[in-house]
Amino acid sequence: MSEWEPKILAVLCNWCSYAGADLAGVSRMQYPPNIRVVRVPCSGRVDPLFILKGLQSGYDGVLVSGCHPGDCHYISGNYVARRRFAVLKPLLEFVGIEPDRVQFSWISAGEGERFAEVVSKVTEDIKKIGPAKRLVKGA
Amino acid sequence: MKELRETVKSLLTEGKVDLVIGWEKGTMPGASTPVFIDTAEKADSLIFDSTCRNNLSVYFTKDRRELAKDDKKIGVVVKGCDSRSLVLNITEKQIDREKVTIIGVPCNGVLDMKKVTGKVDGKEILEFTDDGERVTVKGREFEQTFPLDEVISDSCVTCVRRDAVEHDLFIGEAREPGSDENAYVEVEEFEKLDSGERWARMEQEYSACIRCYACRNVCPSCYCNVCFVDQNDPQWIGKSPEITDTMIFHIIRNLHVAGRCVECGACERACPMDIKLLLLNRKVAKEVRDRFGSVTGTGLENKPAMADFKEDENQDFIMG
Repeated sequence: MSEWEPKILAVLCNWCSYAGADLAGVSRMQYPPNIRVVRVPCSGRVDPLFILKGLQSGYDGVLVSGCHPGDCHYISGNYVARRRFAVLKPLLEFVGIEPDRVQFSWISAGEGERFAEVVSKVTEDIKKIGPAKRLVKGA
Repeated sequence: MKELRETVKSLLTEGKVDLVIGWEKGTMPGASTPVFIDTAEKADSLIFDSTCRNNLSVYFTKDRRELAKDDKKIGVVVKGCDSRSLVLNITEKQIDREKVTIIGVPCNGVLDMKKVTGKVDGKEILEFTDDGERVTVKGREFEQTFPLDEVISDSCVTCVRRDAVEHDLFIGEAREPGSDENAYVEVEEFEKLDSGERWARMEQEYSACIRCYACRNVCPSCYCNVCFVDQNDPQWIGKSPEITDTMIFHIIRNLHVAGRCVECGACERACPMDIKLLLLNRKVAKEVRDRFGSVTGTGLENKPAMADFKEDENQDFIMG
């Protein structure tokens, strides 16, 4: 049997992280093909339900990425998102979801290289903890 | 009790309020029921003791919010936690501060009936009395007295704000809030377990959930017109009591009341399956306190934590 490859949901903000991913692509940078990208208008649009729904429907991990603090296209969307994630992440860990399963990062439109690094790092982390079992429907 | 009744009577006769929401003796021993007093004569049925478990600020939100939208001036009798709910709802513009008269009562904690029945080995209780410090239960061929502190709800044991934080009138003398240094011992204990153990405990605890949503319905902070569990386009979570759907319901409910939950414990007392619901609420409240320095419902000028932000906040959870 071939080696297990994790499926990772990447929720990227339209203005920074998605453009960062695009830059990584047009610059022909290499990064693991494990992510499935969902583009959202802003990291402030990311409802914790998206993340939990992702885990429930079989993703092994979730990466949420938005603009760096101060760079939000909508001025304060990422600040609000940050507060939300600041509570969400400890809560998920508290109920027993592995800490690296859900990760957050800030990637700007100019950071194509960083995008490739982040995706590599997240993929590696999730490979280490193995396939998701908790919260997965029908598991 | 007498002072409470007299106060309410004079409020009503002087026309300062049109209606007072309080508690009266319930039909079962050790139970109270919410009561709506609109004339001075009715005020004699008002009580306040450890049986007054309901958080009455729930009558200002949800489908009963019409009550607060009328031009009626409403008085409401509150414990410490209930007053924090009111303050939250005022800061969220659900209640007009001008139209509500807050009557604080000194609270020594409310009963956890399961603890009471545990004390008497599940024997049927026919009579219940509470003098503020000790409770006495009587049944067929038995009578027992024990300290109130031993039978109050878990949420009351660690409560440091027993008296109304915001009030127009107070029956007796309002005590200053205590230190919440040790308020989250239970949470800290749980945090020490390893991840797998925590999940196993959660699974065990929440597998009892029958998804009746009593916890949501009784919560004064839960007042969306359409709750996400009732939405079917898109349907966010399944309706069956499968553990993944149940866990997601509880996690999301906790996030929706993050920085808005006053830890009154109404959800836990309403739960027909005796699930320890407050553990998650307390974890969130602890994070909100430690990260944002915010304690829900303690000041009319405070914004709810999740509707606020600072530019230079701790972001240790974000990849460097």
